[in-house]
Amino acid sequence: MKTFLFCVVVLLAIIIGAYLYRVLRGPTIFDRLLGHNGISTKAIILLIVIGISFERVDMFIDIAIGYALLNLVGALAVAKYLEQKGHS
Amino acid sequence: MVVAAIGVIRLPDVFTRSHAVSLADSLGAFLMLVGIALNEGLGINMLKILVVLALLYILNPVIAHATIRAAHRSGLKPWQKETS
Repeated sequence: MKTFLFCVVVLLAIIIGAYLYRVLRGPTIFDRLLGHNGISTKAIILLIVIGISFERVDMFIDIAIGYALLNLVGALAVAKYLEQKGHS
Repeated sequence: MVVAAIGVIRLPDVFTRSHAVSLADSLGAFLMLVGIALNEGLGINMLKILVVLALLYILNPVIAHATIRAAHRSGLKPWQKETS
């Protein structure tokens, strides 16, 4: 079980690397915003998997909920700002 | 989620990439979190994992929609295949 969870964590880290490529390379700023959205989704799942691996799920779940709510507020604020400003 | 990552790298435009991020990614997160919740057994932890799942399932398409709406409003043109 421990080995399997470690493999899942490594796979999630590789997927985060793929999104990070899009964040760094993205032609427009909206690509970078989409990449950030994907990375934060992966980070929430990564937190829960690490919590299962450490057998302290009750603590890590609360961190994941807080991270999801912060992600919503941040990404919506950036999207609304860019909608008014336009891309440049 | 692997398919979503490949799509984010390979697709040509922000409008097409949003499909990979919002649709495939939500499905992958759904399956993974349901599996973890069933593994955890009945209790408060399962309830919290399902709360995270509901939150992700609402938030992910909302954020993708807001981003694409901003891109559309600011005058970005969708990608079209070149006709030679």
